[in-house]
Amino acid sequence: MANLTHLQRLEAESIQIMREVAAEAENPVMLYSIGKDSAVMLHLALKAFYPSRPPFPLLHVDTTWKFQEMYKFRAKVAEETGMKLYVHTNQEGVEQGINPFASGSAVHTDVMKTQALKQALDLHKFDVAFGGARRDEEKSRAKERIFSFRTADHRWDPKNQRPELWKIYNTRKAPGQSIRVFPLSNWTELDIWQYIYLEKIDIVPLYYAAERPVVEYNNMYIMVDDDRIPEEYMKTKQMRTVRFRTLGCYPLTGAVESTAATLPDIIQEMLLTTTSERQGRAIDHDQSASMEKKKQEGYF
Amino acid sequence: MAHTSDLISQDILAYLKQHEEKSLLRFITCGSVDDGKSTLIGRMLYEAKMIFEDQLAALEADSKKLGTQGEAIDFALLVDGLASEREQGITIDVAYRFFSTDRRKFIVADTPGHEQYTRNMATGGSTADLAIILIDARKGILTQTRRHSFICSTLGIRNIVLAVNKMDLVDYSQSTFNEIDESYRAFAAELPALDNIVSIPLSALAGDNVTEHSDNTPWYSGKPLMEHLETVEVEDALDEAPFRLPVQWVNRPNLDFRGFTGQIASGTIKPGDKIKVLPSAKESTVERIVTMTGDLDEAQSGQSITLTLNDEIDISRGDLICKADEPAETGSQFEATILWMAEQKMFPGRTYVMKAGPQTAQLTVNSPKYKVNVNTLAQEAAKNLELNEIGVCTVSLDRRISFDPYTDNRETGSFILIDKLSNATVGMGTLHFALRRSSNIHWQATEVSKSARAEMKGQKPCVLWFTGLSGSGKSTIANIVEKKLTASMVHTMLLDGDNVRHGLNKDLGFTNTDRVENIRRVAEVSRLMTEAGLITLVSFISPFRAERRMARDMFEKGDFITVYVDTPLEVAEERDVKGLYKKARAGEIQNFTGIDSPYEPPQNPDIHVNTVDLTAEQAADVVIEELGKRGLISID
Repeated sequence: MANLTHLQRLEAESIQIMREVAAEAENPVMLYSIGKDSAVMLHLALKAFYPSRPPFPLLHVDTTWKFQEMYKFRAKVAEETGMKLYVHTNQEGVEQGINPFASGSAVHTDVMKTQALKQALDLHKFDVAFGGARRDEEKSRAKERIFSFRTADHRWDPKNQRPELWKIYNTRKAPGQSIRVFPLSNWTELDIWQYIYLEKIDIVPLYYAAERPVVEYNNMYIMVDDDRIPEEYMKTKQMRTVRFRTLGCYPLTGAVESTAATLPDIIQEMLLTTTSERQGRAIDHDQSASMEKKKQEGYF
Repeated sequence: MAHTSDLISQDILAYLKQHEEKSLLRFITCGSVDDGKSTLIGRMLYEAKMIFEDQLAALEADSKKLGTQGEAIDFALLVDGLASEREQGITIDVAYRFFSTDRRKFIVADTPGHEQYTRNMATGGSTADLAIILIDARKGILTQTRRHSFICSTLGIRNIVLAVNKMDLVDYSQSTFNEIDESYRAFAAELPALDNIVSIPLSALAGDNVTEHSDNTPWYSGKPLMEHLETVEVEDALDEAPFRLPVQWVNRPNLDFRGFTGQIASGTIKPGDKIKVLPSAKESTVERIVTMTGDLDEAQSGQSITLTLNDEIDISRGDLICKADEPAETGSQFEATILWMAEQKMFPGRTYVMKAGPQTAQLTVNSPKYKVNVNTLAQEAAKNLELNEIGVCTVSLDRRISFDPYTDNRETGSFILIDKLSNATVGMGTLHFALRRSSNIHWQATEVSKSARAEMKGQKPCVLWFTGLSGSGKSTIANIVEKKLTASMVHTMLLDGDNVRHGLNKDLGFTNTDRVENIRRVAEVSRLMTEAGLITLVSFISPFRAERRMARDMFEKGDFITVYVDTPLEVAEERDVKGLYKKARAGEIQNFTGIDSPYEPPQNPDIHVNTVDLTAEQAADVVIEELGKRGLISID
C-alpha cells in the first residue's frame, strides 16, 4: 500500500491518544472553544469512537464576551453531535463586573478564563481534559508533553514533566491531580487548515472574510458584535472587509483586513502572510514569557 | 509563513494537493552542550522560511540583548523556549519543532546534551526515524557522542546523520572531517542498529551545507543536510511485517456492534483475513474495517482503526490481534534492556507497574545481568541501575503478555516502568526474548479452592502483618494474639522475621536488596498459608512502604491487614531486649532500621497500636477486636 501522508499520520496519532484517554480516564471532558482547532479536535473524536458517540462531554468556558456567531455555532454543534455540552461562566467575575474593556485583558483572562476553567474542572470533578493546543503555537508549548499533569490547584510544573516514550502514556495520578491532554500537539496551523479543507469540517463563518462593522481599539480593529463597546470607541465605527485568524473574546480579538472568503483563499493568505498567528491576540504581548507564566497558573 | 513556493500565489489548489501528499519524517538532534544544536535547528527553521517576520524581529531584539553572537542573529534563542533556560543559556528539556519543505513535513525533537538529561534524549528518540548527532569539528568524538549513539542504537534508530559542525573554525579541513568520520564509523560498527550513517561537514552558524553545497567544502560530494533529510528512505519495513493490532478500547454502542479499536503497529489487514487473539489464542476472521466515512478494503501499519470480527470472542483492552498464521509470542518472564530514568535507583526485587502498549502488568526486576558502560560499551557487573544507566535484566511479570522482540517491532517490544507510590515514569525498556521457563511452566488450576479449605475449618483466612521497629513488641503481641486465637479454635500460623532468617531466608543479608527479597518470600509463603485457609500472623520489621505494598498487592482485597506496632525509637532503643541497638550504635551492625536505615511508618494502617500506652496484652485485644469487627472471627 502507499505510504501514509503526514496528515494521515497525524490523524492516526490523535485518535490513538483520544482512545487511550477513553480507556484510562475516570471522568474525561473535552474543552471546546468553538475555534478551528476545537473543530478539528471534535471531528477527530467523532472519528475515533464511531459508531459510538465520543464517551465524554464537551465543556465551554464562557467569558460571556464571545462573538454571537460563536454562540450560534456552539448550539449547532451540540445538536448535531448529540454530545453533552457543559457551559461554565465564572459568576463571581460577572458579579464583580469584570470585563475586557474596563478590567484589561490580563485580569479579564485570568478571572473569566483561567479561574473559570479551574472552577468548572473542580465542579464536575473532571480528571482529564482534552485541549486543542499545538506545540507550534508558542515556545513554552513546544516543550509541553501530550499528557500534561496539573497539581490539585491546577498548576503546571515544567521542570517536573514525565518522560513520554513511544506511544505509551503513563496516566496514573495522585488524588486531586488532573491531566490536560493535547491530541493536536504535533499539528501545525497549516495542517489544521489543510485538514479542515480535506475533511470539509464546518467552522465558524467569522474565519471567512465579509464586510463587518469594526471600531479601532488598542491598535486593532475589533468587531461591533453587541452594544457593550464603550461609547468613546464607537466614534471610529466603520464597515470593513475583514476576517479573524483566531477566535476568542471579541474585544480581545483583532480583525485582519482580508478578502479571503474560501478555505483555499484563507490558506493562501496564511502562507503568504508574514506574521505569526497569535499576534491577533492581546494576551501574549503582556510580558516576556507570558504564556509560560499563565500556563503555570493554570491557563490552558 | 513565507513559503517561497510560487505555487502558493499562482495556484493554491495545486499547492494544497502537493502538500497533502507530503510524507513525514521525525528526527532528533543530539550532541554536547556547545555543539550548536539549537543553532542548527534555528538555522533549519530559518532556511525553510518557517520564521515569521514578527518572530524574526523579536529574535533580532533578543539576539542583541541575550545573544552570544554580537550583532548577528543568535538562532539558538529561537529554539530555547522556557524562560529559566533562556537565562541559563542551555536547553533542559525536549522541545518539538515543526517545519516543512516542498517534499516533506518534519517533526524535530530537540534533545538536551548534558549528561543528567539522557532520559529526555530517550524520550525524543523513542519516536524518531532518524537522529542527527552533532559533533564539534574542533573536539571530535566525545563521551556524549558515544552515549547518544548507544542510546540511538538501543532505541533502534537506524538512520544516523553525523553532523560535523563548526567546520568554519577548522578552516573547512577535509582531513579533520575524514578523521572524525572514520573514527565514528569504527566506533559505530560495534552498535547493532546503526546501519545507515551519513556524515556531513557543516557550519550551522554560517549556513555551510545546510541547504546548499558550500563553496568552502569543494571536497564534499554528498548531499547537503536538508536534501538528505528530504530524501532519506525511512519507510520502514513495517508494512511488510506481521500484522499486529494492540487493542486499546472496545467500541460497544449497542448490542449489535462490537468493534476493536487500536493503531496498527505493523502489517496490513483485510476483511476475510484469519486472525488470532493473544494471549487467549482464540481465532476468528475479520468482518469489517469500520470508519465514519465508510468501510475500508484494507488498512495498514500506522492507521488507527476499528475492526469487527465474524465470531463473538472475548477481547478486551491489552489483547493483541495478529494474523492467524504469524502470531506474536507470549511470556511472563523476559530478558530486557532497561534504561533507568529516576533519581531513586532501580531496586531489584521491587515491583513496578509495567505498561507495554495498552497492556499493564506488575513487573519485578531481578538483579541486572550487567550494565553497559556507555563510554566504552563494556559490560560491567551491577547490583542495580542508577539514573541514566542502561542494563540488561531479567524481569518477571504477574501475568502473561504478548510481545515481539524490540528489534522486530518497536511498538510491541517496548515498555515503560512506573513507580507505584509516586506514579512517576522511572524506566523504559525493550524486550529481547521470553525465558523458557515461563513459556513451559503453566499455572496448574487446583480443584479444591481456598474458600473450600477455609470453610472446612469454619473460618475466614487472612494475614495479619505486624510492622514496626526492632524491639517495638511485634513478636510479643503476635504471640499473644495467636495464643488467644488458638484458644478459640481458630487455625493459625505465625511467621517470625528472626525465625525465618534461620531457614527459608538464611541466604539473605541486610542490604536493601536482600530486605526486599526477604519480604517477597515471606509474603509468598503467607499467601500460601492463607490459601490453605489459615489466619497467618507475620511479625516483620518490614521498614519500606513499597515492599509492604508489594506484599499487600499479592493478596485479595481485605485479606491483608497491616498492624502498625508503634513505638518511638527512643523507647525501643531503651528497651533494647536483644541488645541490638547498642551494637548498631557502636557500628557493629550495619543497615540497622532506625539507626542507619530508615523506617517508613504506614500511612493508613488497618490497626494501629501504641505500645507506650498499651501493654502487649491490651494491644493483642485491640487486634482480636478488629478481627471480630471485620467478621473474620466470631468473638463470644
